[in-house]
Amino acid sequence: MRFLGFIIVCLTGALLLYGTGEFPDWGDPDSPASTHLSNHYIEKAIEETQVPNLVTAVLADYRGFDTMFETAVVFCAGLACFLLLRDFSQKKERFYRHTPTGVILHVKDSKKTLKVGKEFEHMDKDWVPSDLIIKTVCRILIPFIQIYALYVVAHGDFSPGGGFQGGVIFGSSLILLAISYDLKTLVRRVNEKVIGIFAALGVLIYVGIGVICMSMGGNFLDYSKLAPLVPGDPHHIRALGMLGVEIGVGIAVTAAMAIIYINIVSEGRHDEGL
Amino acid sequence: MHWPIDLIVLTFVIFCAIAAISVKDLLGTAILFGAYSFMMCLLWAVMGAVDVAFTEASVGAGVSTVFFVAAVFRTSRRTKD
Repeated sequence: MRFLGFIIVCLTGALLLYGTGEFPDWGDPDSPASTHLSNHYIEKAIEETQVPNLVTAVLADYRGFDTMFETAVVFCAGLACFLLLRDFSQKKERFYRHTPTGVILHVKDSKKTLKVGKEFEHMDKDWVPSDLIIKTVCRILIPFIQIYALYVVAHGDFSPGGGFQGGVIFGSSLILLAISYDLKTLVRRVNEKVIGIFAALGVLIYVGIGVICMSMGGNFLDYSKLAPLVPGDPHHIRALGMLGVEIGVGIAVTAAMAIIYINIVSEGRHDEGL
Repeated sequence: MHWPIDLIVLTFVIFCAIAAISVKDLLGTAILFGAYSFMMCLLWAVMGAVDVAFTEASVGAGVSTVFFVAAVFRTSRRTKD
């Protein structure tokens, strides 16, 4: 059976390789990809949208409808993780560690809550708390990662980057907080309800900008119709519209990444994890 | 002399891909998959698709590796086959 599978894989691979032989060369000027629409994008993008980064112009303006549903897909991924994994039942056992001595308290009664002060810390069963060096380095690093993420979102029009990348970087800074401290620290800081609302809000900002464009008399996501609403140079209105859309994407992706991570790592219980 | 850097990186990509499916330890597979994504990111950057490279670096090599490690942490570390 294994041998048969190997032969099938080899045959499929050979067919795929045979198929790629007919492809045009990389950067071929006569290939179908670079004869129809690409020329229009390359020649007219700056003139029409005032955005120097061609990829952002195509992604957020020419094909804004497409990107809107990509954002919706990321939102749905977070929603599916929540619906499949979230477990509201309380766990019976809890562990506390007395920081100066290292003595570990094991509380079996789920009803009784310990009022723990500064000298006790919550501990995960499978995983020991990380040491001081990791905590300090991550605490210093996280704000820089977050500022970089904001830069990536805000500078998406001019340089590589945009809502997706910035959102993922911001989400991974939250994940770094959960890994370097423990999951409780992250869950305390980003409330589950707030983060769920943020994931929906990101998609809503995107769709909302499109609907505002429609109500101003243009097509869906036709940013040029926003000009009366925004003060400043009306030539840059498309760039501003794209910025708004990218911010929506960034918020949705950040929240979705945090939801997915928290639900996977704690099996939906939101108590302890990696 | 002009280095064929794309061929070198492509070789690493194939090595990482084969290693990722043949290693028994799933944590190792997750890390190898991150390495694979990073090599793909280099390949995109060599081809001039910087936006795609950025996405690959942040999503493929960054956050999806963490998701895999989290999933391995909550399931089993060894594969059955």
